[in-house]
Amino acid sequence: MEKLTFFVFAGLALGSAIVVVVHRSPVYATLSLVLTLFSTAVLFVLLGAPFLGALQVLVYAGAIVVLFLFVIMLLNIQSEESAHGAGAQRWVALLGAVILFGMLGLGFWRGGFASVGPLTAESVSLKALAEELFSRYLLPFEIVGLLLLVAVIGATVAARRPGEDDEKSSDVPFEASPPGPLSVTGEGERFQGGTSS
Amino acid sequence: MTSDLAITLVKYAVMFLIFLNVAPIMNWVERRACAYIQDRPGPNRVGPFGLFQPLADVAKFMFKEDITPAAADTVLYLMAPAIALLPAFTTFIVIPFGPDIATAGRTIRLIVADVDTGVLLFLAIASLSVYSLVMAGYASNNKFSLLGSIRASAQLISYELALTLSVLAVLLPVGSFRLGDVVAYQQSHLWNVLPQILGFLVFLVAAFAETNRLPFDLPEAESELIAGFHTEYGSMRFALFFMAEYTNMAALSALGVTLYFGGWSLPGITYPHTLLGGVLGLLTLVAKIAVCMGIFVWVRWTFPRFRYDQLMRLGWKVLLPLSILNLVLVAALTVGGVL
Repeated sequence: MEKLTFFVFAGLALGSAIVVVVHRSPVYATLSLVLTLFSTAVLFVLLGAPFLGALQVLVYAGAIVVLFLFVIMLLNIQSEESAHGAGAQRWVALLGAVILFGMLGLGFWRGGFASVGPLTAESVSLKALAEELFSRYLLPFEIVGLLLLVAVIGATVAARRPGEDDEKSSDVPFEASPPGPLSVTGEGERFQGGTSS
Repeated sequence: MTSDLAITLVKYAVMFLIFLNVAPIMNWVERRACAYIQDRPGPNRVGPFGLFQPLADVAKFMFKEDITPAAADTVLYLMAPAIALLPAFTTFIVIPFGPDIATAGRTIRLIVADVDTGVLLFLAIASLSVYSLVMAGYASNNKFSLLGSIRASAQLISYELALTLSVLAVLLPVGSFRLGDVVAYQQSHLWNVLPQILGFLVFLVAAFAETNRLPFDLPEAESELIAGFHTEYGSMRFALFFMAEYTNMAALSALGVTLYFGGWSLPGITYPHTLLGGVLGLLTLVAKIAVCMGIFVWVRWTFPRFRYDQLMRLGWKVLLPLSILNLVLVAALTVGGVL
């Protein structure tokens, strides 16, 4: 039963990951990404980490990819047209892939395949996870939090147009924003109608 | 092993049958209540009090022509309504619906999936429901549908934050993600709605936004977007969206009453650990859900719709800070030993 579940969802994860890369329509690619993330979440549950699985679905599939779709639909990208031309991008992507697989390979080489066996049979309890996170790994945890805060502030500053008066424009409905009911500035960090620019 | 699986299947079947009947019953309730609020009779011809109206509606849906627009993205267009039902009929697996039943030398917990991450699982699956709206809107290839689904994606993400934070505050004094423990905590203490009234109000408002109900039904806003994301859908495919909406409302109501109103339990009453106790617990839960559904309907026909910028401002500038304030307050009270 567990093996069957593993093979079904591992296959789904790999298959949909390939679709993400090769499909020409960005919407299909993004929806396949959801399937990839969901299948990976199932694998986490099988590995005895249901918390990680739930968070994977909640954060990635449920929120971040929705923002991807939001941007794709808002910009109405129909299919990839110019993506294949950029030469420099191709080399950067290749370099990234080499580094990623190099690091993965290094990990396997150092630790041997024994270290990537299944976790313990019982699931990782939330309590144990929380205790580790807030004692042994407190500093990295806080640093990640700070990083996110910086990103939020940065996005807000970048989205703010110079000379915009928040108080004045906040009661103006949509007529000042041409592209439909939403005027999205920045990466979806800030939704506000009526930027009165 | 096999009997465990059978028991789980029976428990799922019980919850499934209850939630399956939500949409037809609510169809009647919504139309009759709306008519009552607007001082007109409403559908009263089919059966006593028009009670068989849902059956007539279902028959009508069945025999309507099923149209796929020529310019639609066929695969996504056909998939979207089915995907809408999946989260709707999955989330209730973490809702406990009765006391433990002791029978034939074993204890049966009346919850379909008694997992460590109960509430998180609910929120995770519920957060996937946005994809059906987005797929429907995109695949229809219609500007009204597209606008509806863009609104839906922004709205659902915005209100999910406030909803999740208010749910988190409930879990702090309980110290567990299991909804069964939340119910047990409320049996030994007050109902959570009293100490956490602020969090409950945030939850309530966010729940209306998460289920796309008026005053926050901007994704379908018929006065501006015709029918929003499901403009192009007809016959049974529209009916599936309709069902998903009401089932989501019922599931979120079930979560709400479990978190804030004691779930299947009543204060001062101990249900026996028998089948009778289980049935009583289930009836209590259903009754509480029914009250919530009534409030959903009442609010829908009482309040006007928000403007989109007002909706966003309410979500980010009012509800989110309030839910964080509530979380800090509850955390302080919990650490201080008051809760």
